[in-house]
Amino acid sequence: MKKILILFAHPALEKSRVHKTLLKHIGGLDHVTFIDLYEHYPDFDIDVKREQQLLLSHDIIIWQHPLYWYSAPALLKQWQDLVLEHGWAYGKNGKALSGKKVFNVITSGGGMKAYQPEGYQHCTMPEILKPFERTATLCSMDYWPPFWIPGTHKLDAAEINEFGEKYRQLLIELGIDNLNEADVEQANCINDLIEISKSNLR
Amino acid sequence: MDQSFFSTALVFLAAAVICVPLAKKSGLGSVLGYLIAGVIIGPFVMGFVGKEGQDIMHFAEFGVVMMLFLIGLELEPELLWKLRKSILGLGGLQVVLTTIVIAGVAMLFNFVWQQALALGMILALSSTAIVLQTLSEKGLMKTSAGQSAFSVLLFQDIAVIPMLALFPLLATLGTGNEQAADHHAAKTWVDGFPAWLHALIVLGIIAAIIVVGRIAVRPLLRIIAKTNMREIFTASALLIIVGIAVLMTQIGLSPALGSFLAGVVLANSEYKHELESDIEPFKGLLLGVFFIAVGASIDFHVVSQEYRTIILWVAALTAVKSLVLLLLGKVFKVSTEQNFIFSFSLTQVGEFAFVLFSFSLQQGVLSAETTSIMTAVVAISMALTPLVIMANEKLILPRVGTDEKEEREADEIDEKNPVIIAGFGHFGSMIGRFLRANKIPATYLDLDSDRVDALRGMGFKVFYGDASRHELLQAAGADKARIIIIAIDSPEKRLEMIETVKKHFPHLHMLVRAKNRYDAYDLMNAGMLHIYRETLDTSLRVGVDAMSLLGYRKYTAKRLARNFIKYDEANMRHLSAIRNPDDYVVEAKKYIEEMEETLQSDRQNIFMGGDTSWDPETMREEARARENIAE
Repeated sequence: MKKILILFAHPALEKSRVHKTLLKHIGGLDHVTFIDLYEHYPDFDIDVKREQQLLLSHDIIIWQHPLYWYSAPALLKQWQDLVLEHGWAYGKNGKALSGKKVFNVITSGGGMKAYQPEGYQHCTMPEILKPFERTATLCSMDYWPPFWIPGTHKLDAAEINEFGEKYRQLLIELGIDNLNEADVEQANCINDLIEISKSNLR
Repeated sequence: MDQSFFSTALVFLAAAVICVPLAKKSGLGSVLGYLIAGVIIGPFVMGFVGKEGQDIMHFAEFGVVMMLFLIGLELEPELLWKLRKSILGLGGLQVVLTTIVIAGVAMLFNFVWQQALALGMILALSSTAIVLQTLSEKGLMKTSAGQSAFSVLLFQDIAVIPMLALFPLLATLGTGNEQAADHHAAKTWVDGFPAWLHALIVLGIIAAIIVVGRIAVRPLLRIIAKTNMREIFTASALLIIVGIAVLMTQIGLSPALGSFLAGVVLANSEYKHELESDIEPFKGLLLGVFFIAVGASIDFHVVSQEYRTIILWVAALTAVKSLVLLLLGKVFKVSTEQNFIFSFSLTQVGEFAFVLFSFSLQQGVLSAETTSIMTAVVAISMALTPLVIMANEKLILPRVGTDEKEEREADEIDEKNPVIIAGFGHFGSMIGRFLRANKIPATYLDLDSDRVDALRGMGFKVFYGDASRHELLQAAGADKARIIIIAIDSPEKRLEMIETVKKHFPHLHMLVRAKNRYDAYDLMNAGMLHIYRETLDTSLRVGVDAMSLLGYRKYTAKRLARNFIKYDEANMRHLSAIRNPDDYVVEAKKYIEEMEETLQSDRQNIFMGGDTSWDPETMREEARARENIAE
């Protein structure tokens, strides 16, 4: 069983529709640890030792957050700055995270079409997530494509629920190691694979 | 009280009040100011005082006793131990060598060896007041020159004690001054005892002073401190000194020696600063009177006849003292530039010389003629100090200068802490613990003697005293500190203290504790910028945790609390300006309503969406509209 750590960063969960729904769907999974960063560290005083221990005891790390200004909310950046220490996560002797998998679970107001070179945002999602990819690579982790929920402004409740189910399904399949790593690395979004593997399972 | 007392007091005080500030202004220092005042009111200029000068001098000598008590009080054993090398080595050799050379010079001037030796000892001393003030004004106390000078001065202060003991043995003149000496030692308890018993009694009494000082005086002061009556504390401080002086006279020892001893015994006590600040004004005034009396007693007939001798003495003295110091500085590896600063700052003769002159006159060591001449020599050498230092700075230093602004390792003695915390109760001690955990040195002052004891037991350097007093703040190093944290409990005392700090130490940042909002208004009106209501943050933390337990997001609750403080403080600034109580009620009501409204709308924003940041509803609407058009 692969162990999964979800690091969740949302400063105003009260206002969120999508993330609230996602969280509702992922409860009760024994191999998943859920850390609500804004609830744990409302003063931004991150407990570095505790966070490092959590990383060590999991195989797959998920950064779950809304996309604000083409990046994560401030506390997740603070978490990166403090927890990924030199000599531990990176650097000559920093191999603590070596071989672990990491990816983002993100929501964006803009739709998928907006994130094209010719689209409204003039760049692709992998380009926007480049800082996360570099961070993962520098820490000797495998960076996987995101689980991405685009166009959140337009989603209705049923559509959001569907994403919630997909998210739960993803966590389960990652837990039993049911996804082909080569497929994952080539995918545009990890969401795409879930339907494939779902059909495979049946 | 008889008329002449008042008129004498009038003359002395007026002379001091006019001359001392003038002398200080022109850079001559207060000692010279007093001397000049004495000369002016003395028989040779205006003639306001004549023969009674001598009687006044005897009275004013009590100032010397107090001064020695204060010197003793300043001698913390730890400090002495830290500086032992330079005090004993540099200081000791300076006194011994200078004494020998000056005694040799004196013998060339046809003094008998006893008188020459006495002169050597007296003139070897330098002026603590002048040197320390000059050096700290120039910011040189922390340099090696300043440290060396401090050590030498410390040794000289201590060396006065054996000198006082030695002088009676050097008496060669069977003078008419004996009755003055007799007057002091009129009849003592030990008269008529055999020598061994006498010695035994003396030793016993000294032992008793040490034991009583260690065991009984501190609890006694504690009890007195608890009465919270300042004048009684002052009275007991004076009582200690007068008591010691009487006791010493009774066993035939010098009162100065006894009070010095008492000072040393109490140097480590928590009442040190309080005692210091209580005695300081008496000492200052009595010494002032003493110096005036010295000035008044200079015989200008002798001086005008002997002006060549005086000039010769001043020149010889300055040369001998600076050469000995330069040599010693070289031996003790003080760098060249620092050595020049060190040596030339100590070339004058100190104020103790006047004490020792009058003492040696009484004891029949030196003649009245000699002391008159020498008093003039000493006064001139003091007056020359600024000139000598200036000459050194302008002519010598530019040639040898490496211009080092050197910092020695952290064992500075006169290093005062950057932070003073007044009030070491629950509030102040939390600040103190935090600062100590971060190695920020602070001086603590408190008025509760039990607490001071307890905290000293825990290793905090806490001093007992009323922090609203200028003298205590001065003793605690307020002139060198950067921040003063006013954490005392009583709102009245806080305001008093703020006034004191504003008046005497305007450079200090004041961080002030406030009991509640009304207290905070007073502090705002007193011009305070950093005000901390003692319950504000704690109660809001409780509020945040309560909201969190009710299911609110922690980060959101935190932000709401911060907003609450922001509005409340803005509101307070507005309300503090209102002096009229009726207006206040009206305005306060209006503000509270406004604040609740604002907070309400703020809460709406944070919880329900709106135009604050993070997923604003307006943006969603816009995006929906745009994408609909695009499709």
